[in-house]
Amino acid sequence: MEPGEIHALLGENGAGKSTLMNVLYGLYQPDEGEILVDGKPLKLRGPSDAIAAGIGMVHQHFMLVPVFTVTENVMLGAEQVRGGIAGFLDRRRARREVAEVSQRYNLRVDPDAVIEDLPVGVQQRVEIVKALTRDVDLLILDEPTAVLTPQETEELLTVMRSLKAAGKSIVFITHKLGEVKAIADRITVIRRGKTVGTASPEASRDELAALMVGRTVRLTVDKAPATPGEPVLEVSGLVVDDERQCRAVDGVDLTVRAGEVLGIAGVQGNGQTELIEAIMGLRPVLAGTITLEGRSIDGWSTKKVLRAGVGYVPEDRSVDGLVKEFSVAENLVLDIYDRPPFGRGLSLRPDAITKSAAERIEQFDVRTSSAQAPVGTLSGGNQQKVIVARELSRPLKLFIAAQPTRGVDVGSIEFIHSQVVHERDIGTAVLVVSSELDEVIGLADRIAVMYRGRIIGIVGPDTPREEIGLLMAGITPDRDAPATSDGEAPAPEGPGSEDEKA
Amino acid sequence: MTTHPQPGSPDKEPASEEQAARTALGNTERAEPASTATPTQERRPTLGRLFLENLWAANTFTVTLLSLVLAMVVGAVLMIISDPKVLATYAYFTARPTDALDASWALVSKAYANLFKGSVFDPGATTLTAALSPISETLTYTAPLVFTGLSVALAFRGGLFNIGAQGQAIMGVILAALVGFLLPLPPGLHLLVAVLAGAVGGAVWGFIPGILKARTGAHEVINTIMLNYIAVYFLTWLIVQNGVQDPRRTDAISRRVDASAQLPRLFDDPLRAHAGIILAVLATWAVAWLLNRSTLGFELRAVGANPDAARTAGISVTRTYVLIMVFAGALAGLGGSQMVLGTTAAALTPLVVAQIGFDGILVALLGRVKPWGVAMAALLFGALQAGGNRMQSYASISLELVTVLQALIVIFIAAPALVKAIFQLRAARAARLQTSLAKGW
Repeated sequence: MEPGEIHALLGENGAGKSTLMNVLYGLYQPDEGEILVDGKPLKLRGPSDAIAAGIGMVHQHFMLVPVFTVTENVMLGAEQVRGGIAGFLDRRRARREVAEVSQRYNLRVDPDAVIEDLPVGVQQRVEIVKALTRDVDLLILDEPTAVLTPQETEELLTVMRSLKAAGKSIVFITHKLGEVKAIADRITVIRRGKTVGTASPEASRDELAALMVGRTVRLTVDKAPATPGEPVLEVSGLVVDDERQCRAVDGVDLTVRAGEVLGIAGVQGNGQTELIEAIMGLRPVLAGTITLEGRSIDGWSTKKVLRAGVGYVPEDRSVDGLVKEFSVAENLVLDIYDRPPFGRGLSLRPDAITKSAAERIEQFDVRTSSAQAPVGTLSGGNQQKVIVARELSRPLKLFIAAQPTRGVDVGSIEFIHSQVVHERDIGTAVLVVSSELDEVIGLADRIAVMYRGRIIGIVGPDTPREEIGLLMAGITPDRDAPATSDGEAPAPEGPGSEDEKA
Repeated sequence: MTTHPQPGSPDKEPASEEQAARTALGNTERAEPASTATPTQERRPTLGRLFLENLWAANTFTVTLLSLVLAMVVGAVLMIISDPKVLATYAYFTARPTDALDASWALVSKAYANLFKGSVFDPGATTLTAALSPISETLTYTAPLVFTGLSVALAFRGGLFNIGAQGQAIMGVILAALVGFLLPLPPGLHLLVAVLAGAVGGAVWGFIPGILKARTGAHEVINTIMLNYIAVYFLTWLIVQNGVQDPRRTDAISRRVDASAQLPRLFDDPLRAHAGIILAVLATWAVAWLLNRSTLGFELRAVGANPDAARTAGISVTRTYVLIMVFAGALAGLGGSQMVLGTTAAALTPLVVAQIGFDGILVALLGRVKPWGVAMAALLFGALQAGGNRMQSYASISLELVTVLQALIVIFIAAPALVKAIFQLRAARAARLQTSLAKGW
């Protein structure tokens, strides 16, 4: 690493990027080899050693206390006290420091805002402030863009540029090629725990992707034009609340036809999750109707909806999709365990479950040591394949996939996409929700853009990205609404966020 | 005991902790092939060597055994401290250490010898009855603990912490006793109805926190504790009511359960072992089948491990919670019913169920919330209790020491890292040792 350099670390899920960085940050101990800082070997016993050596880290999952203010979070672990033995916290000084750092690097963080009120993008900047107030020279960002909207990502890249200008070095861990090309000075590609190559940002996406997975990958989805049939899913006037009793879905009308993929694009948190959960019977419908092949399904239990021929890939696989302690085989029958041949009456048929698991593992190329291995030991991509395999292994009328490839490596993305398209081609209606615009554009035959609980436009897949991006920000082509775009599109800074939430 | 730095301290091994998370709740069978696969890649060691290595490696069995040893060591220290005569010999320890050591050894060895004689086998026994007596006593104490242990373990696998086995056992014993002395039924049928009544009593007492949890999200720990209080005072009140209280007595004791409603004995008088232990084995088998081989068990384990995923896969989490608590309550109720249908007592008293509900929590933990493990743990606790009686009368060591021993065993089991550090066990199987208590709170 050179001073003032942005070094991207690129690799598939499970390639060892995060492990390497955890070693750098002193969380794990190296078994062999050494770390050199300014030419001197360094032995790190814990994160405090790393901070002392000028290494700071922003984790993929933020390490912030939600009910504390920004200042309090920044102080945490490095509390400054006054009053001698009485040890009063010197909040004022810490606050000044936060304000100053935030000012210097143009991070725009309000020191008095409470973390839980802040959008994710701002929370991330708080993490950066936290690292910077500890005087680090090297900042490690572990998959910082995984949770950000496109606009927030853009802002983050700006922040990274200003940090670079101030002479800080940044290690940027990601598996998104576009961002790497946009910002990195140097790219190191890691595969299966080994450095497989260094590239310059001028390298093409395809070259980088090939380095990453070790072969040539198709980034675009190959598919024939759709031949839509009868409407399978019809949603009209749907109104759904979220957990906090706030309106999340506010009068949505949708139709998905057999043999077509309807993609729902939109910045996360605009009601997509609630919409899908309402269809699945996981969330009460307040108004409106949902029909499946003409039959109304609102009020149905989730089991009944699944049994009616709906396949569902939930957006958060580790929370909603899989039971991590269960074996791969058990997870493969999680929703049909009580149906023949897996269950008969009260009893379970382990032989049938194991046998079917072996077939699914083969068919869906799930990389696991055995069907009996706990699913939590699999990499993210393979876990996702388990869910996809489970849902696609019974005859479906409607297939709903929410964020089907989030946190999944390039190789698995390709496979999952081909499975989705195959499902469409055999006449299933497919509904794909994704915050990755590329994914929606690649998969969908029609794209519905969701914004603040409404569908604000349905466009074809050939629509230019910029136009869809504007729709995602709430700007419809025929009316220019700067007021709306201001509040939502860019991650609003501290104080501005309150009225957005309200 | 020197304090070496612990290589296996949980907070220093994120990798193994993560592994532990998935193995903690009974997936150790699956983790096994993965962890044993590594040594076979090297030169194949002989079977005997492999056995010895595995024995000393920190596996569940070794740690349980060593916890027992450690608990007995601490127990020995307590015995010495609590005996004034022995303690007095330590006053001149430097002058004549043999006095102190001899006295301590005599005390401790006598106590533990009696513990063994009272629970397993008495070498001095001359008749068959005397030889069978310790085992019979052990089995008598074991039977109800198997049920309450299974009750806690079953709920735990479903993600619920059933602190209410005590209250459920009390409701079980109440209904079983009422059927036992109020309903005039023919022998056989009378017993069957009484046993079922015990199960129903516990099931009702389990259903209440279950439905509250499912419908309102009220935490089952709080509610089961509160229901324990209600049950115990209900029992105290009920005993002195007309028709329930023994008409010939003025103190708080109920009428006796009819002979036709009592569980048959396994041996002749005076051996107390009764058919309850057979029911306990059947119940263990039934719970094992339920958990591992039934669709309901699949739902239960899925809900216990990840309720969100279970719900998304169409499993009704609320229904499962209610069912879990009903089953757990029924098991505890069956355990309670044995306290009057068996040979321990034949009438209700305020303390008729003793501590079987709370001991059930320890038994479940010691048995690592697996059915057969629970049965084994109950056997150990039963043996400690049976032996403790003899230890009290022959070696004048108070029965409370047994309770302390039980508590110490569980503490050592709950802190496997401590046992590992003390005995310098290989960390290879660290993942399997994490406490099963870590989850659920």
